Amino acid sequence: MKIKEVFEETLRKGKRVIIPYITGGFPDPRTFLELLECLQEAGAGMIEVGVPFSDPVADGPVIQESSQKALEMGMGLKKILSLLIQNRHRVNIPLILMGYYNPFFKMGIDELMKLAKEADIKGFIVPDLPVEEAKDWTSKLKKESIDTIFLVAPTTSMERARVIASFTTGFLYCISVTGVTGMREKLPEYLKDYLKSLRKVTSLPRAVGFGISSPQQVKEISPYAEGIVVGSALIKLIMETEKKEIYRKVRNFISSLVEASHV
Amino acid sequence: MRFPDKGGKFGKFGGKFVPETLIPLLHELEEAYLYYRKDKDFQRELTYYLKEYAGRPTPLYYAKRLTHQLGGARIYLKREDLLHTGAHKINNTLGQALLAKRMGKRRIIAETGAGQHGVATATACALLGLECVVYMGEVDMERQKMNVFRMKLLGAEVRPVKTGSRTLKDAINEAIRDWVTNVRTTHYLIGSVVGPHPYPMMVRDFQSIIGKEVKRDILKKEGRIPDYLIACVGGGSNSMGLFYPFVGKKVKMIGVEAGGMGIHTGKHSATLNAGTPGILHGAYTYLLQDEEGQIKETHSIAPGLDYPGVGPEHSYFKETGIVEYTSVTDEEAKEAFHLLSRLEGIIPALESAHALAYTLKLAPTLEKEKIIVVNLSGRGDKDLGIILEDENKRSF
Repeated sequence: MKIKEVFEETLRKGKRVIIPYITGGFPDPRTFLELLECLQEAGAGMIEVGVPFSDPVADGPVIQESSQKALEMGMGLKKILSLLIQNRHRVNIPLILMGYYNPFFKMGIDELMKLAKEADIKGFIVPDLPVEEAKDWTSKLKKESIDTIFLVAPTTSMERARVIASFTTGFLYCISVTGVTGMREKLPEYLKDYLKSLRKVTSLPRAVGFGISSPQQVKEISPYAEGIVVGSALIKLIMETEKKEIYRKVRNFISSLVEASHV
Repeated sequence: MRFPDKGGKFGKFGGKFVPETLIPLLHELEEAYLYYRKDKDFQRELTYYLKEYAGRPTPLYYAKRLTHQLGGARIYLKREDLLHTGAHKINNTLGQALLAKRMGKRRIIAETGAGQHGVATATACALLGLECVVYMGEVDMERQKMNVFRMKLLGAEVRPVKTGSRTLKDAINEAIRDWVTNVRTTHYLIGSVVGPHPYPMMVRDFQSIIGKEVKRDILKKEGRIPDYLIACVGGGSNSMGLFYPFVGKKVKMIGVEAGGMGIHTGKHSATLNAGTPGILHGAYTYLLQDEEGQIKETHSIAPGLDYPGVGPEHSYFKETGIVEYTSVTDEEAKEAFHLLSRLEGIIPALESAHALAYTLKLAPTLEKEKIIVVNLSGRGDKDLGIILEDENKRSF
């Protein structure tokens, strides 16, 4: 299924697309692959798989830690892609790769596209690649019909958001707060207005990420967005839970978010 | 053509590879800088502080005993070590702090490795009444206790960085995270010609006073421009400051990187000599990275050179051959450190000792009428602990 189709179908049912983020190969390759299935069963609309990088400047402490642990186990880009290529049949919802630009660049975009096709990757999110630097990137992904998901931030003007949206396919990733990834107790006041204004500059689905951790927050945001990304809260849950309990707890957590997204 | 271009590129290097949250602020910074660069009032204020407070201009000193000992080219030392806070870093921190103040940013953050840039930032902030937070790797805090204490005395808050290798690169990561979070109130005062546009251009311009003074003074002393310019390269701000005003002139420019224990050992920081292009800390530039694009840990006896990246304009200078980049080892730098101390009564920073170490090799091969200018970017007081520890190890 395509990213666009997942949005259409979920919205038709009066729900929002819940997009969990998990670090590739974390906490270990086997659990990671089983988590993909678990997330799909729990009702995730698509999954963001993080590619660990040594210097994750847009990430808070939780994802930094999971990235470092994954790297220590040798979970680089090649290894994650090969895991996904071998196990792609286990889930049918779209998989999105999220990672810093250098590992992608180092592999070479052509080689990356080849492997991404084999792993049936539907989209890419690259937090340190703004549209100005992404000409080559967008044209190569477009050729393969892989979505280029760009980000807008609370500091982005609507004029600029319009430009960013014009390079974006799949959905527009709306960063909720100025800051790094990680849970926030309260979402900022301006968030609703900011999401409403974005609707005026693009018809793309808006997915909100950074800081969202509870069903209550999902409920709050759901009227103003079509998708919600949950990362650090999920990783933290995985870190703090005993192995045999992980799947049950993750399933419950994601289901509760899906439930809360009914508008 | 003068670089960078509109997109902040030096040829193919540079650019703005940062999270979207920061992009609008980089535009704002660029606009403000381009305005104040031409603003007479701003320039007058900066010149005043550089002269009356930091101690500019610095001497261009003819190192007679060193020259005679080596028996070749005439060696001049650009005495940036005599500046307030002991290194060239203050040229940039005064410039950026004044700019931040005019932009209405009252909070300054910075990263530091050896602590020199941290001290220079804390100093400028104390002078101008700005809040100052400095990120420093835990490992570096342990190695450079005195500089941590200095920053605290100057009223700065030093935040230990416990992630990754707990050194300079991780301090930069943490500073970027703070910046993304507090972007509306905070100016990130980057200490070298690295980072996203406009930083490499801005820091280069603030440091270019080094080369401008050298040009003026060497014409007075020798009636011509030098044959060689030599400076050490970590991130590359002191070398850029020396070289930039000479680009296009008939002078050979040599950047000396930290060869550490030898490039073949993998324990070094010689980015331009042994690295490959990639993206780190906001710019496309040469990096020390593995086959998967993960950033490698680096080594140098000189804490200020211990960094896996380099300014993007240096990458451009390397590829176009405008500057030649070489390296010397820890051992060679230490020898130069001792030699200059004994021959000229000047204890150089270990960073600057790298530039000297290469000069020791080059000067004897040149004719006596050739002129070399070496940037003595900092003084060695901060390194006495490292040298003392080293001597103690040897005596066993």
